[in-house]
Amino acid sequence: MDALDVARWQFGVTTVYHFLFVPLTIGLSVLVAILQTLWHRTGSERYLKLTKFYGKLFLINFAMGVVTGIVQEFQFGMNWSDYSRFVGDIFGAPLAIEALVAFFLESTFIGLWIFGWDRLPQRLHLAAIWAAAIGTNLSAYFILAANSFMQNPVGYRINPDTGRAELTDFVAVLTNKVALITFPHTLAGAFLVAGSLIVAVGLWHVIRGSGADTDAYRFATKFGSWVVLVAAALVLFTGDIQGKIMTQVQPMKMAAAEGLYTTESPASFSVLTVGSLDGSREIFAIKIPHLLSYLGTGDPNGTVHGINDLQAQYASQYGAGSYTPIIPVTYWSFRFMIAFGMAAAAIALLVLWTHRKGRTPTSRWLLRAGLVMPALPLLANSFGWIFTEMGRQPWIVFGEMLTRNGVSRSVSLTEVLTSFTAFTLIYATLAVIEFKLLLRYAKAGVPDVTPQPAEDDTDDAERPLAFAY
Amino acid sequence: MELTTIWFLLVAVLFTGYFVLEGFDFGVGMLLPVLGRDDRERRVLINTIGPVWDGNEVWLITAGGAMFAAFPEWYATLFSGFYLPLLLILLALIARGVAFEYRHKRPEAAWKRRWDRAIFWGSAVPAVLWGVAFANILRGVPLSADHEYAGGLLDLLHPYALLGGVTTLGLFLTHGAVFLALKTAGDIRERAGALAVKLGVGTAVVAVVFLAWTLSIRSSAAAVVLAVGAALALLAGVAAARVRREGWAFTGTAVAIALAVATLFAALFPNVLPSTLDAAGTLTATNAASTPYTLKIMTWVAVVFTPIVLAYQGWTYWVFRKRIGVQNIPQH
Ligand code: HDD
Ligand code: HEM
Ligand code: HEM
Repeated sequence: MDALDVARWQFGVTTVYHFLFVPLTIGLSVLVAILQTLWHRTGSERYLKLTKFYGKLFLINFAMGVVTGIVQEFQFGMNWSDYSRFVGDIFGAPLAIEALVAFFLESTFIGLWIFGWDRLPQRLHLAAIWAAAIGTNLSAYFILAANSFMQNPVGYRINPDTGRAELTDFVAVLTNKVALITFPHTLAGAFLVAGSLIVAVGLWHVIRGSGADTDAYRFATKFGSWVVLVAAALVLFTGDIQGKIMTQVQPMKMAAAEGLYTTESPASFSVLTVGSLDGSREIFAIKIPHLLSYLGTGDPNGTVHGINDLQAQYASQYGAGSYTPIIPVTYWSFRFMIAFGMAAAAIALLVLWTHRKGRTPTSRWLLRAGLVMPALPLLANSFGWIFTEMGRQPWIVFGEMLTRNGVSRSVSLTEVLTSFTAFTLIYATLAVIEFKLLLRYAKAGVPDVTPQPAEDDTDDAERPLAFAY
Repeated sequence: MELTTIWFLLVAVLFTGYFVLEGFDFGVGMLLPVLGRDDRERRVLINTIGPVWDGNEVWLITAGGAMFAAFPEWYATLFSGFYLPLLLILLALIARGVAFEYRHKRPEAAWKRRWDRAIFWGSAVPAVLWGVAFANILRGVPLSADHEYAGGLLDLLHPYALLGGVTTLGLFLTHGAVFLALKTAGDIRERAGALAVKLGVGTAVVAVVFLAWTLSIRSSAAAVVLAVGAALALLAGVAAARVRREGWAFTGTAVAIALAVATLFAALFPNVLPSTLDAAGTLTATNAASTPYTLKIMTWVAVVFTPIVLAYQGWTYWVFRKRIGVQNIPQH
């Protein structure tokens, strides 16, 4: 084990962890804003209750997204300083813009929203949650544009004197075709998570029976289910396009996703392949003819390049060495991403079916399925990222810099081990705390929103804060 | 003006904004066990910064991002070189941020006590370490010719740097006490005001020694003027706190922190991270910078968005301008 391995583990662990909270923040910010808009438009109390209820869950989650995000930003300099030197000219810009344009918007307006209940005029208060939601979604765009540069570098040149990448066309970086498709795919994945959470909590209360509030929970459950279904359709649609772009810009990743060793035309899609232990040969496989050709190229008879050919090609292009990612990881993470995400969609369908024509479900099985539902798209998201990032290996910037050359030279193994251990411990502790809090507040149910009898002699300054810490 | 100079100034402005704003957040966090006698009082203290602390922290994220974009070498060398102090700062900021949000989410006293501790240490650790870090930047650190940090942890802990840590600690404590006197009502306001004066006098002594030491290491005409201004502003702030002119007191400590940070950057320029080892290792605003093209784009982005951000952040402070007291805290 050396500092490089630990730095990689640390990056993987902290980023996947950050991304457990991010999808909920992205999705719930918008969904809570929609609920509040419904309240604003209709005046119906049930939407106010749902806004406050899911708003609270949103905030519990939001705090974790914020604090784990700062680690990400510092980590490039701390553990990946040579990478930062190499790409800083290009990569720093979207990061700085993200902070200036998106994070300020989001954090300031979330503060206004939390503390502005009963303080701000209703319209402005509604505008605050929308501003925060827009900020959140914008932030995803800039960080994904940065990440897409690593997958498919564009708009740059390598300065022959310094050996560093220099920006030549910023618009090209922001309109990288990988970024343009990664953004909607990631957002759709995020809404899959947020919708699932809304369903899980709503359904639990519906099945348990919640008296006068059952009506609100029924609405939430159906609303969440529709969000999940639409998001699932979008994730499929964008994922399909992503696959085609990936085949163009990172053919090795596609081959690795499929465990396709030899170039095939037409290529068949592997539903399940069992390979030899080192992953270099297949032993048993179930395949759908032509599907891979179609996924990768849009043509059922198109050619999909195999790992062995690509490896030979890269070795002659970039020098001797392995350019093949770890096949079992890419192969399985790709499948898990799809399977877990679609499982959530299937549950959403079932939930809608059991609610048809005013019916109320009572099944214990449905209750259990509903409760595991949010975990499914969360796992799908994590596997999606593990696939994307591990499939890029051994490159940190595809075709330009190897991961092992990006690590900080001045940081010792002891130092990285210290930080890795510290982050893992604090993250694990916080995960348990946050999960229990979410459960507690989810169980507590919607709040009572009947206005407090306003005592006329208390002026504005004496009134209690509505949503205070 | 050169683009690299503009960006040096912008990074300085972002860190200045960060220390002025999060400075009082840290102060409030550290004063939590001192000024908050019971749970309701502690909630008053936390709620004075409740709506704004996250927005204030984004100044740091933006400063880091701006450094990365405009001076990648500076960002890379500094962050990998100051590895363990930054790790501690990160852990502190994690614990503190979560604590604000989670503290009130359960009724048990033990639960709250634990988060209160997280808020205290999560504020105190960065309050000291930022001073240590910036003193080291000013004094210079061992850098090899290819700009890699060549020292160890102990190289960062010399008397000047430690004094820097004590100075930021004192400044943020005073700033926080003054802020609380400005933002609270009733008994807490009185206690905060009285404490601000005591803290301010002690801090003024430390800060003057630190600034003089700074100027003896590295100096420029601008730095001297700024340092004198910082000291005067601090004294004026303390004097105003004594006569309970809280608005002026807060202006005084805010200006003092801003000018003290400006002193460091003015003394540093045109270097961004001097080397104490090999002169070739010294990072300057020129040799650490991005290409002119990147700087130009970033300048446009900053010119357009910074005023917008300032406008809505300023507006937030105005919305929450009222003092709060125990009567504003809901019973449950
Ligand atoms: C709920 C989550 C979820 C679900 C159900 C899916 N995805 Fe996905 N996928 C992600 C969440 C995700 C992600 C975590 O958001 C990733 C990681 C990076 C990215 O762009 O999105 C991702 C990456 C990703 C990539 C890698 C892109 C690259 O590295 O350039 C491809 C090709 C697909 N997805 C394709 C699909 C297909 C064909 C799906 C069909 C059903 C699918 N995804 C479902
Ligand atoms: C802009 C966004 C991102 C950037 C710049 C980025 C960059 C990196 C870097 C520098 C590494 C370390 C090199 C390596 O070990 O491969 C890495 C690896 C990794 N990242 Fe990303 N990443 C981003 C987003 C994400 C997200 C959102 C996730 C998941 C939620 C993720 C998951 C991983 C994983 C699993 C690895 C592999 C760790 C390993 O090497 O063992 N990344 N990425
Ligand atoms: C590894 C690269 C990443 C870095 C450096 C990073 C940085 C950050 C930072 C500093 C924050 C805290 C902002 C605040 O205080 O308000 C944050 C939160 C956030 N991040 Fe990341 N992030 C990374 C990966 C990602 C990816 C890939 C996405 C989305 C696809 C993402 C989406 C978000 C969103 C939506 C938020 C705001 C929500 C929240 O604060 O919880 N991040 N990130």
